[in-house]
Amino acid sequence: MKNDVLQLGGVTFTNRLFTGTGKFAANALIPQMLAASGSQMITVALRRIDATAQSENILAFIPKNVTLLPNTSGARTAEQAVRIARIAREAGCGDFIKIEVITDMKYLMPDNWETLKATEILAKEGFIVLPYVLPDLPLAKRLESAGAAAVMPLGAPIGSNRGLETRPLLELLIENCRVPVVVDAGIGRPSQAAAAMEMGADAVLVNTAIATAKDPVAMGRAFDQAVKAGRAAYLAELADQSDLARASSPLTGFLDE
Amino acid sequence: MSFFYLVEQYREFDFQQFFAQVTDAAILRSLAQEKPDVVDFLNLLSPKAAGHLEAMAHKAQQLTVQYFGRTIQLFIPLYISNHCSNQCAYCGFNHKNDILRRKLSLAEIEEEARAIARTGMQHVLFLTGEAPHLTPMEYLEEAAECLKHHFASVAIEVYPLEVEEYRRLQQAGVDGMTLFQETYDQEVYRRVHRAGRKMDYHWRLDAPERAIQGGMRLVNLGPLLGLAEPRSEIFFTGLHARYLDDKYLEAEVAVSLPRFNAAEGDFRPDYLVDDKTFVQFMTALRIFLPRAGLTISTRESAAFRDRIMTLGATRYSAGSSTGVGGYAEMRVGQTPQFEITDERSVAEVAAAIVARGYQPVYKDWDAIV
Repeated sequence: MKNDVLQLGGVTFTNRLFTGTGKFAANALIPQMLAASGSQMITVALRRIDATAQSENILAFIPKNVTLLPNTSGARTAEQAVRIARIAREAGCGDFIKIEVITDMKYLMPDNWETLKATEILAKEGFIVLPYVLPDLPLAKRLESAGAAAVMPLGAPIGSNRGLETRPLLELLIENCRVPVVVDAGIGRPSQAAAAMEMGADAVLVNTAIATAKDPVAMGRAFDQAVKAGRAAYLAELADQSDLARASSPLTGFLDE
Repeated sequence: MSFFYLVEQYREFDFQQFFAQVTDAAILRSLAQEKPDVVDFLNLLSPKAAGHLEAMAHKAQQLTVQYFGRTIQLFIPLYISNHCSNQCAYCGFNHKNDILRRKLSLAEIEEEARAIARTGMQHVLFLTGEAPHLTPMEYLEEAAECLKHHFASVAIEVYPLEVEEYRRLQQAGVDGMTLFQETYDQEVYRRVHRAGRKMDYHWRLDAPERAIQGGMRLVNLGPLLGLAEPRSEIFFTGLHARYLDDKYLEAEVAVSLPRFNAAEGDFRPDYLVDDKTFVQFMTALRIFLPRAGLTISTRESAAFRDRIMTLGATRYSAGSSTGVGGYAEMRVGQTPQFEITDERSVAEVAAAIVARGYQPVYKDWDAIV
């Protein structure tokens, strides 16, 4: 476990819980949550960043040792996502970018097609691209070829807290992708985060479940523990499941005595 | 198909008869639905559901926190003209009212924008009366372009436009559109809208849909509570929102529930909505439309706004002036379109939001997209 690190875009992460800045009752909770959860990567919507001095700038609440993952929330086309990414980089938010292209405000489903187009362009420009997508294996392979640093498939619709509804599709991605797979969106409970990590996900991104908990700091800590437990179980190689009971003292054991 | 088709389906529907047969069991069943349908919505709007207000409030709060977090998005209205050729019986800008009429010049809009921007506000909603000969498209476009330089989000509350006109404004930097039907009751609509283009019920009813077709990201609907029987008005408002939400996946839909307030003139509304019923309407709308924005203006008092913040609201106007201009300099003799009762500054409203354990959000959009 000691050397179990996640490499993304040249940065080494020892913590596999990624978090978000949305929906908090106060921005002041963000650094506390980060400290409690140990999260080393946090996403922030560029559209939420207010550079004017009057209201508080959300970036001021993110400690320097936490990697900023600006996202393109609000973009409806690849072109808009590209524009937002460039603005984020110019604004000093670094080279990481989570591509989020959503054309459907009802279910908030990512538009895989536009996301792929944006990934192709931004990876060429040297961004560390983390595309948020529906779990679709052929698409994930195309994203890899286009230079994505990771793929971020959803477990369930954003903010739905419904868990790993896309599990069979996530498994295909985890088994077949060369780049890290980060399960993003839909994780509503620490047990679901643990389940994603047990499956072999490289990390999870959790925002709503932490930010809207009554105690976001304690919930951040709980998610950290769940992610660590799930990762440890994955590395320890879970015993196979079986529909039949297997007694720890087998009935026929005496025959070998 | 226009939303009018759905309105017509309820032409013979007897709301009072329906409400009279609603049982507690039906209300509890509706409250437990994951995806409430129109019958559930009606059950929650019934007088009987007032007995379940606490449970409705809990559900509304839980849904709002899930979808929006503990946040309130702030915006500020800017009236750029009060010229109006309509004669709306209830409105301070009624053509017949002998009030000082004016329209801000571009330089004045610029001046107002600078004054508003100093409060930290990033989302602005600019408004006019309905006088296209005095405030034509070109004027609206110029106003939008001017405001875009000062704000992250610019929205309009102007007279209904054609799809192509909405598109022109969208290209000028406008991303949201607010328009209240005032009343969905065609008979009442005819009675209170006595002259002008606004007499055309259909033209107004379909405007939010045209705005979406013209590329507006957000449309905000609403009835003016007090003109017609309020429970059915809220029902049609919710239905209208859901119709747009279902038909246009790309659109964000929000609703307002302005209730009657004294304005210039002697209009007395036929119906009054008390606080308890208002909260019932608000929570029923939230349960029926979990992802919809819910806008509460400064028509409501400071004390009431502070209370209902946690029950489903997502958007608050603040620091509002409802006369033309009014931010850059005090203009004496200005008649407001309606009286505001929450007269606190932006900073005071923001502080009240923080005091309730919520985050005031100044910026949630960016004109770069």
